[in-house]
Amino acid sequence: MPVVEHEGAQIWRRRTTGQSLVRWFGWLLGVAVFVYCWQIISESTTWFFVWDAPRIANDIWTRATPPKWDYITQLGRPIWDTLNIATLGTIIALFLAVPVAFLAARNTTPSALFIRPIALLIIVSTRSINSLIWALLLIAIIGPGVFAGVIAIAIRSIGFCAKLLYEAIEEIDHTQVEAITATGASRWQIMAYGIVPQILPAFAGIAVFRWDINIRESTVLGLVGAGGIGLQLSASLNVLAWPQVSLILIVILAAVMISEWVSAKVRGAII
Amino acid sequence: MSHPELDDLLGKGWRKPAFVKNALLRWTLIVGFIAYLIAAYMTIEVDWGRVYEGLDRGWAFVLAFTSPDFISRWSDIWSGLMESIVMTVAASVVGILISIPIGLGAARNIAPLPVYVICRGIVAISRALQEIIVAILLVAIFGFGPLAGFLTLSFATIGFLSKLLAEDIEAMDKVQAEAIRASGARWTQWVNYGVQPQVMPRLVGLSMYRIDINFRESAILGLVGAGGIGATLNTAFDRYEYDTAAAILILIIGIVMALEYLSGIIRARVQ
Repeated sequence: MPVVEHEGAQIWRRRTTGQSLVRWFGWLLGVAVFVYCWQIISESTTWFFVWDAPRIANDIWTRATPPKWDYITQLGRPIWDTLNIATLGTIIALFLAVPVAFLAARNTTPSALFIRPIALLIIVSTRSINSLIWALLLIAIIGPGVFAGVIAIAIRSIGFCAKLLYEAIEEIDHTQVEAITATGASRWQIMAYGIVPQILPAFAGIAVFRWDINIRESTVLGLVGAGGIGLQLSASLNVLAWPQVSLILIVILAAVMISEWVSAKVRGAII
Repeated sequence: MSHPELDDLLGKGWRKPAFVKNALLRWTLIVGFIAYLIAAYMTIEVDWGRVYEGLDRGWAFVLAFTSPDFISRWSDIWSGLMESIVMTVAASVVGILISIPIGLGAARNIAPLPVYVICRGIVAISRALQEIIVAILLVAIFGFGPLAGFLTLSFATIGFLSKLLAEDIEAMDKVQAEAIRASGARWTQWVNYGVQPQVMPRLVGLSMYRIDINFRESAILGLVGAGGIGATLNTAFDRYEYDTAAAILILIIGIVMALEYLSGIIRARVQ
């Protein structure tokens, strides 16, 4: 226990002098890094615009209110497209994620040495790249439109779903699998009767959770040209039609809240 | 091998129980789902000719991953990457610092009702708006550059971290906090000695996770002019320079993996 002598009396301290020095230097380093980063940001900022910001914000606000309510008649189709992008993307992703998850889980993978790392690589690489970047890439490959959006959402979701699913597979109760094995079941029968019933609730939960996130993401995919309500948003932004922008933002907010509510209800019913 | 007498004795054979128990609900879900799929499939326009043409380009992109070109646009990649990292660091520091008081205010068991309502309101707004939409608005207000990206990421961090921190505080052990209060501590001392030690490990873990997310998000903010690697990536796609794009994507994946590994170590140490 670190104790310091102070005028003949012993005083208890939480850390030794060396430890507190190390911590102090750690904090100093952290602050220095932050200040350096802030300097870089500040250098590439036009401060005149920043001082002018309240006026600009006020200006945009007066232009954007009230929202152009009758524009909503033109938003029906984009909303339907957005819903399709999210839902079809989630479905495709789930179909692809299930085999990846089984290959990645330690207790079901056919080969922990060769196949598992490949499955994990698929999970990491699809997960760490945002769906907007996937959309950008797919538009360059297969052309703009809803289809590119569906595929972008599907690819982005594979990693997420497969990761959660393989963690669920690794956490299953092994005794049930053993019981099925003891009856002389084949490999596929063990899957169907020993493993699948245990992960089905988790699977349904993941599906709905990801669908909710995908609704969020598909509303902005149109910004890069991948269909949905984002297309209308970027078109309105480009012509500075602020009343339309504010209406679209309200619609997006409503869609996000509804999907969150639906997903919370469904997950509550499952678990 | 059927044994009619035995079957009569035993009654019906065993069947796997259905996942949704209520038969009417199950069939409504299935029929509704199929009807939706058909409707969605009918309304999506896919230009299969264009997709087929694109397959060559897709394959060229996959091949580009085997020979990524880090060299010819290295200065652009480097400045974009630095800007992304700088934005991530600065926004994470500021976001975490601001989200701690808001998290305290959004916990019902320590904040009075008016403070609670205000803080929950801030959290709800920040969570409902997606990063990219916030970035568009902030770019319109503050002009192009990393400042808009920095503000966007800070704002998003506040919503994420405050909500989870508040939930953790609400779930804390009351006994410890009461013991501190019984010793006659002031409110600040009570928070510092009764609440903070209980939520600290989770706060550190969540902060690490949020840094990871912030970096991933900073990669797309460039698409709308808010600074970072996204602008470079967008240009690479627009010019069909797949080898440069592949190099950038590999760098992003590598940094995300490194961050995830690092946060795994730190979380294991604090918990």
